[in-house]
Amino acid sequence: MGVIDKVASGKVLVSDGAWGTFLQKKGLAVGACPEAWCLDCPDDVLAIAASYIDAGADMIQTNSFGASRFKLEHFGLAHRAQEINEAAAAISRRAAGPDRHVIASVGPTGKMLLMGDVTAEQLYDAFREQVVALENGGAEAICVETMSAIDEACLAVRAARENTNCEVLCTFTFEKTANNDYRTMMGVSPAEMAPAVIDAGAHIIGANCGNGMERMIDIVKELRSVHGSIPVLVHANAGLPVLKDGENVFPETPADMAARTPALVNAGTNIVGGCCGTTPAHIAAIRAAVDAISG
Amino acid sequence: MSEILEQIATCVERGKINAASPYPPDMKGQEGADELTRKAIDGGTAPTDILEKALVVGMQKIGEKFAANKVFVPDVLMAAKSMNAAMAHLRPFFQSGEVKRKGVFCIGTVQGDLHDIGKNLVSMIVEGGGWEVVDLGVDVSTEKFIEAVEQHPGCAVGLSALLTTTMINMEKTVKALKEKTPGTKVLIGGAPLTQEFCTKIGADCYSADPQGAVEYLNKLAA
Repeated sequence: MGVIDKVASGKVLVSDGAWGTFLQKKGLAVGACPEAWCLDCPDDVLAIAASYIDAGADMIQTNSFGASRFKLEHFGLAHRAQEINEAAAAISRRAAGPDRHVIASVGPTGKMLLMGDVTAEQLYDAFREQVVALENGGAEAICVETMSAIDEACLAVRAARENTNCEVLCTFTFEKTANNDYRTMMGVSPAEMAPAVIDAGAHIIGANCGNGMERMIDIVKELRSVHGSIPVLVHANAGLPVLKDGENVFPETPADMAARTPALVNAGTNIVGGCCGTTPAHIAAIRAAVDAISG
Repeated sequence: MSEILEQIATCVERGKINAASPYPPDMKGQEGADELTRKAIDGGTAPTDILEKALVVGMQKIGEKFAANKVFVPDVLMAAKSMNAAMAHLRPFFQSGEVKRKGVFCIGTVQGDLHDIGKNLVSMIVEGGGWEVVDLGVDVSTEKFIEAVEQHPGCAVGLSALLTTTMINMEKTVKALKEKTPGTKVLIGGAPLTQEFCTKIGADCYSADPQGAVEYLNKLAA
């Protein structure tokens, strides 16, 4: 049974937490390529994946957020995109085992179609290369995430739908504006994002990153206002980091995020997980909160 | 203000590059910043007036709207493209010294950080504010920032960071700049930054949006 069927059966599911900030804790140097660790330090990557499974996540992501050829080329690794993505998916598959799901991460390329940096064909080809390799490595779903532009997100969703048999998730990153509404940096609102990515073929939509769980509740309400039935996933940051003694600390504790989980589910969220600053302890607390709702 | 200067300012603000550009849809087929600037120069308008009374005005309007979340990244990018089309006609006058800018602003994304969208937005708005901008790119080391200040004595410096992990590198660069080139004004910006962080690391200005950076720089030049 895939993620979509489980949601359709009425279950609220739990996803995983942060990867990037977790890799840094394990010693990833600032400015180094996180995805290269899939090849160079696979045991550390596996340990992260396994820690979220142990925390009770129903699904985990992969260390492939920046593994498009456009991002990898900053590190001279564009030619290894296929290898890195396959390894990323294989590591998470190994941790997930047969019963949990691997929803493979695909982040933005950093290129803007609007500026003529790249053509739509070039972006589509890069996403196709990435998603095909992720499926070959063992991913059963593709999670297109942290998107802000509709055109780029839709190309990634289409590349996944047209070239793999994976279920496709798509989440955007919204910020609260001075006018008290939610927009991506490209100006896209949740109500505009939903129909566009659903039309491109996304099975599951949602939001990730951002400023804490409280605001995700408003964002989900807006998504629900335009679509009643599509499964909705939230990967929330543990708030915005504050600098304490030269180190960044994310303010929301596991208990804070668990306390807000019922409201997030009531607003219409089907899958709850974390983004930057969340840890296995956050996911374990969210798991307990979800189990308490489901009874 | 003459009519053509107002038209150019509007083209910059709305992101109308040239007659061939389909954007914005309601100005389709009309002349853009490119053609109108050429016309203005050929008609005898002073290039300094084109910079100060058209380009700066248009970019200031879009910068203010961006700061108020009334427009978003794509709108600023289109405005900058249209400003660049006009700037191309002014370049000979910069080179001859006929048109003077307010000063030099060297900007880069700090070491370990490859994100350039925020840095580019600030570059565009500051250039549109009448400054000469030297873009040092991404992943810029402290040494490269110092080198840039030595090449452009008296310039102001902008440091950008998107990541919570790289913003911490700013402190080192700010300290080194203040030590090697005392008096250099350092501006910092980026999503995870705050005024508190700016004060703590000894930088001179933090702004949440590009417009705040221009306003600070303009005060320095005044």
